[in-house]
Amino acid sequence: MHKDPGVGGVPGDDVADALADHVKGAFASASHGQTVVHVPRDAWREAVRFLKEEQQFTQCSDITAVDQLLRPDRPVPAGVDRERFEIVANFLSHPRNRRIRLITQVPDGDDCEVESLFELFSGTELPEREIYDLFGVRFAGHPDLVRLLMPDDWEGHPLRKDDAPSRVPVQFKEAQRPR
Amino acid sequence: MGLEGFNQSFLTTRVEDLVKWARRNSVWPATFGLACCAIEMMASGAAHYDLSRFGMEVFRASPRQADLMIVAGRVSQKMAPVLRQIYDQMVEPKWVISMGVCASSGGMFNNYAIVQGVDEIVPVDVYVPGCPPGPETLMHGILTLHEKIRSGQILRRPGEGAAIQIEEPVSRPA
Repeated sequence: MHKDPGVGGVPGDDVADALADHVKGAFASASHGQTVVHVPRDAWREAVRFLKEEQQFTQCSDITAVDQLLRPDRPVPAGVDRERFEIVANFLSHPRNRRIRLITQVPDGDDCEVESLFELFSGTELPEREIYDLFGVRFAGHPDLVRLLMPDDWEGHPLRKDDAPSRVPVQFKEAQRPR
Repeated sequence: MGLEGFNQSFLTTRVEDLVKWARRNSVWPATFGLACCAIEMMASGAAHYDLSRFGMEVFRASPRQADLMIVAGRVSQKMAPVLRQIYDQMVEPKWVISMGVCASSGGMFNNYAIVQGVDEIVPVDVYVPGCPPGPETLMHGILTLHEKIRSGQILRRPGEGAAIQIEEPVSRPA
């Protein structure tokens, strides 16, 4: 591992520096000793392509989402505009033995969409379907964006914070109301 | 309703008892192990806690050849129509044991994904509590079912017992 400091990230993270140079509006930070780079939504696929083809991050370990509805004032690097959803993608480079996390902010509503990574990493096909099913974030360019876990005719996106909890009241516990 | 339509006699009562004896001593379960309770169901059928001493060592894979559906495990919203279809394919007389708390009431999963009790989908004869119920508890439930068969009626009209039609859709809207 190199030891020279990166751009506000984990010391020694030249990948975060290179990504910040390549993509305008990318800001790095550190989380529990791991490098996190926040990229703007319109540069999502380009940032991932850069990591895959030029920085040797050939494995997308996971792609998931967070509904930050209840945390509108969470800490983010300066320059990042907070939106409701965060799409989080983790990448691993085998030859370099490095990991990096990319986060982009996605607003709710008609514009709840981000580019699909399916062309770069075909393994993201099902995780993106899962995010669409449980959060409602659409992926442009996905070959078959349908529900994965819930039944096909389900209404709503269960992992959203304001979705109906569907808890039935039991003894000593009333049903939760949506917050 | 038993065989009262016929001339009551010592012989018809004996025939009823014979039918009930035959039914309860060879209840063949259909395999419907969904989750962790399936392991305990397998343990009940294995050597130490032996189900074949009750006549039910043969778990039929085809519902058409089975008498009893032991719903062992969580039933998710997606699995509910499948469960109903398997139940409908079983031939009368048929019984349902709801094994474990997830099948009986949703268990610890009080959320959007799990059906809160399989009796929303199929009529249940015996509920076996536990998470998972040990083999002895499951066998107590099976013996309770045997007692229910022994003391019940041999002919059931539609609308009572296993012929109940449940009309409500099983998917839960948001």
